[in-house]
Amino acid sequence: MAYSEKVIDHYQHPKNVGMLDKSKNNVGTGLVGAPECGDVMRLQIEVDEATGVIRDAKFKTFGCGSAIASSSLATEWLKGKSVDEAVKIDNMTIVEELNLPPVKIHCSVLAEDAIKAAINDYRKKNGLEELQYEESAIH
Amino acid sequence: MLKLPIYLDHNATTPCDPRVVEAMVPYFTHAFGNAASRNHPFGWQAEEAVDIAREQVAKLIGADPKEIIFTSGATEGDNLAIKGVYEMYASKGNHIITCNIEHKAVLDTCRHLEKEGAEITYLNVKPNGLIDLAELEAAIKPATILIAIMYANNEIGTVMPIPEISSIARKHGVLVFTDGVQAVGKIPVEVNKDGIDLMAFTAHKMYGPKGVGALYVRRKNPRVKVTAQIDGGGHERGMRSGTLNVPGIVGFGKACEICMQEMEADAKRISFLRDKLENALLKVEETYLNGDKESRLPHVSNISFKYVEGEGLMMGFNKNIALSSGSACTSASLEPSYVLKALGLGDDLAHSSLRFGLGRFTTEEQIDYTIEQVTNAANKLREMSPLWEMFKDGIDLNTIEWAHH
Repeated sequence: MAYSEKVIDHYQHPKNVGMLDKSKNNVGTGLVGAPECGDVMRLQIEVDEATGVIRDAKFKTFGCGSAIASSSLATEWLKGKSVDEAVKIDNMTIVEELNLPPVKIHCSVLAEDAIKAAINDYRKKNGLEELQYEESAIH
Repeated sequence: MLKLPIYLDHNATTPCDPRVVEAMVPYFTHAFGNAASRNHPFGWQAEEAVDIAREQVAKLIGADPKEIIFTSGATEGDNLAIKGVYEMYASKGNHIITCNIEHKAVLDTCRHLEKEGAEITYLNVKPNGLIDLAELEAAIKPATILIAIMYANNEIGTVMPIPEISSIARKHGVLVFTDGVQAVGKIPVEVNKDGIDLMAFTAHKMYGPKGVGALYVRRKNPRVKVTAQIDGGGHERGMRSGTLNVPGIVGFGKACEICMQEMEADAKRISFLRDKLENALLKVEETYLNGDKESRLPHVSNISFKYVEGEGLMMGFNKNIALSSGSACTSASLEPSYVLKALGLGDDLAHSSLRFGLGRFTTEEQIDYTIEQVTNAANKLREMSPLWEMFKDGIDLNTIEWAHH
């Protein structure tokens, strides 16, 4: 199976690889997946407390090229969005943007889960109620 | 100048040796006869070519030419041997012993027979990929008719103790079938010395063409029979009907002849390159060799690169280097390699494995390039891996509660 050019580009030049300071109150961390499943994503957001806008986002991913590309793309999309907007990122828009084949859709689902987990971590730290999400298709 | 891409997936298939192609060409054009046409020179010519090839194939494994049944490949050979024995020896029993790292052509054939009333014992392998002989012997019972254990494994290259297996089988009057696909032409395989009763193998794994293989069926001590699985004109002594693939068979014969002459020298040269590659890659931190280091094929190395995922790793160089991974992501099933899991490897290590399969035309320059590329890709991906970071921070990954999908 050949990868789309966008997947290859993200793989070769991943955006926003790294770590934010977990201990800070305005940083939310999402760690999803499991080593046994072949995919683990850690996605972090740093929120500007005055505006509620995501100022920075970082990721590290253990997984195939599509998983790396999905998380790299997600961090790009997160930056500059408000937390409320970020919640609305849907895995299918990642699938469309990266041209993922059906067998790789789970990579995009994982990226969506990682975003939501990071947002919930941020909300929890700031005394906000955690959002309830519908179970994603592959759980 | 190094020519890219480099092919290091010789357990999947091999290129045809140019000498093989040269031998085949006349049988596509002017010598196109049907080997079963007994009444004219075209038929005679084809039959003679098949006879010569049958001798070449038989010689490589120390068999009699009459013991060679040409097939379309090893999947057919596996099916014919196991189903054919099961049906032919039905009055004797219904129990077959195999192991859990066999090729799917063997495992799925056994599953199929289970639905028809066969009882199958799937032996587990030890962490080194070899079966336990005591366990094998203990599994034999009065209804046992066949032991089906591969000669060498396709993913890890481990070579099973076939002579020991067959001496146990002999003692209990049980037939031995071996899938010899990965071994024949690479290491010495001799049906009499090894005590093999049936063996499937194929041309395209030994520098011959695709679409042709053989099933060895012993004719003496004991005389073994299989029930045909394809009905028709009664070719191949009734065991496999269908017009013979004459050019393919000629190529197969030539490929066997070349292996016979060059196998020893090839194995020596290739294992030197394999060891060079393996030693260099095992120097990379947190890499592990899968399968037995001693009892294995000279051209295979299967290595896990912990904390990176196999397909992701391959993407770093797969435009330039062709090889395989035990990672789930390379298969449609999303399950990692059942062979590596059978060794007791955690799913995480199975996901992180690469299989290097060297071959007759692999050069040292290619190996040096591969060492450099794979090492760089592993290092680059580890920089991106949250698991690597946790490992480096001294966090035990087993203490983390993962969100299992």
